Amino acid sequence: MGYTLNFNLIWRHFDKLWGGLLLSLELAVISIAIGIVIGLVLAVWYVSAGRVVRTIIAAYVEFIRNVPLILLVYLVFYGVPTVIDLAYSAPTSFVVTLSVYSGAYLVEVFRSGLEAVPRGQLDAGKAIGLTPWQRLIHVRLPTMLRITLPALSNTFISLFKDTSIASVISVPELTYGAQWINFNTFRIVEVYLVTTAMYLVTGYALLFALRLVERRFRAAR
Amino acid sequence: MLSQILYALPFLAEGFALTLWVSLLVVVLSLIAGVLLGVGLVYGPAPLRWSVRIFSDTIRGIPILVLMFFVYYGLPAVGLHLQSFWAAVLALTLFKTAQVVEYVRGAVASIPKGQSEAAMAIGLTFRQRLTSVIFPQAFRRFLPPWINGVTDAVKGSALVSLLGITDLMQAINQVIGRTYEAMPLYILGAVIYFAVNYALSYASRRLERRFAFIRD
Repeated sequence: MGYTLNFNLIWRHFDKLWGGLLLSLELAVISIAIGIVIGLVLAVWYVSAGRVVRTIIAAYVEFIRNVPLILLVYLVFYGVPTVIDLAYSAPTSFVVTLSVYSGAYLVEVFRSGLEAVPRGQLDAGKAIGLTPWQRLIHVRLPTMLRITLPALSNTFISLFKDTSIASVISVPELTYGAQWINFNTFRIVEVYLVTTAMYLVTGYALLFALRLVERRFRAAR
Repeated sequence: MLSQILYALPFLAEGFALTLWVSLLVVVLSLIAGVLLGVGLVYGPAPLRWSVRIFSDTIRGIPILVLMFFVYYGLPAVGLHLQSFWAAVLALTLFKTAQVVEYVRGAVASIPKGQSEAAMAIGLTFRQRLTSVIFPQAFRRFLPPWINGVTDAVKGSALVSLLGITDLMQAINQVIGRTYEAMPLYILGAVIYFAVNYALSYASRRLERRFAFIRD
C-alpha cells in the first residue's frame, strides 16, 4: 500500500491527453462519416437487390461483426501492405478499419430503418407522381434517418470508445497518451483516473448533445 | 508458407484454448456478479442502487482497453498483485458484469406491474413473488440480449494479448513475428474467431426460439 496520489506529472503532460482526446474524436467523426456512406449505400442496395448481392452484403456484415476489432486493425495495418503495394500511415489505416467496421454495423441499422418506413408513405409518394428515385430521396431516406437517429448516436459513442484500440498501432489518441504517461512517469493510478474521467465526460456530453438532436428531429407521429 | 503455418498450428491451438478459457471464465463470472448486482439495482436499498448505477454507468462509459490497463497496471501500484491472466479476467469480467446488470434491469422492468400486484393480491410474500412470478418471466427477456453478448466476450478476450497473455490473438502475432507471413495468419485468425462467434450466434438463435413462448 502507501500509494500517494500526485497529479503534478499528469498536468505537466496533459497535452498528451488533451491532444489524444481531440484525435480520438476526430477518428470517430471521420470513421462514422465514411461508415454512414458505406451503410447507406449498401442498405439501399440490399433492400432492392437480388440474392447474390444480398448474400455478399450479408457476408460482409457477418464477417465484420464476428471478428475482434483489434484483429481487423492489425490486419489492415500489418497485413494488407504485405499483399498490395500501398503505403499508409497508422491513423489512415485505423480510419479505414473503423469505417469498414462501423459500415457493417450501420448497414444493419439502416436496413431495418428502411423496412420500418410505413408503407403508406411510399404509396402516397407514388400517388403524387414521384419517380422511384424521388421516393427514395424525398420520402424513404428522410423518414428512415429519423427512425435510426438513436441507433446512430449509440454507434457514434461506441466508436468513440473503440478509438482506444488505435493505440495498439501507436496512433497518439487518448489511450496512447495515457500509456505514454503511465510508462514515462509511473503515476499509474492518477493517469488512468484522469483518462477515465475524460472518456466519461466526453462520452456523456456527446450522448446528451445527441439526445437533444434526436428530440429535435424525432419522427413525427 | 503452408508448411510454416502447419508447423505453427499446435501453438495456435494452445492460444485458441486460452481464448476459450478466458471467454468462459468471463461469461460465467459476469453472469453471477451481474445477476446479483442487477437484482440489487432493482430491489435493493437506495445506497446499493446508487452504487450499482454508478458502477455500471462508469464501466460502460470507458473503453475496455482503458479499464484493462487501469486494472493491470493500477492494482500492483496500490499493492494488489494479481497474475496478468487474472488481472485480464478481472477487467473483462467487470466490463461484462456492467452489461449483464443492464440486461437484468431491462428484463425485470419489462414485466408488467399487474403481475406483481396480482401476486400480492393472492398473498404471496416478496420472495415468492420474485421466484415464482417475476423471475421466470424476466428470464426469457434476459436470455436473448445476454446470449448475443456472449460473442462480445469472445471478441473482447482478444485484448488480453496486449498484457502479454498468449491467447489466439497473441499466438498469431508471435507466429507472424517468426514467419513474416502476416496476411495468411491474420486471415486464419479472423476465420477462427468468425467460426466460433458464428457458431455461438447460431446456437443462440436456436436457444432463443426454444424459449420464445412469451405472450405479451
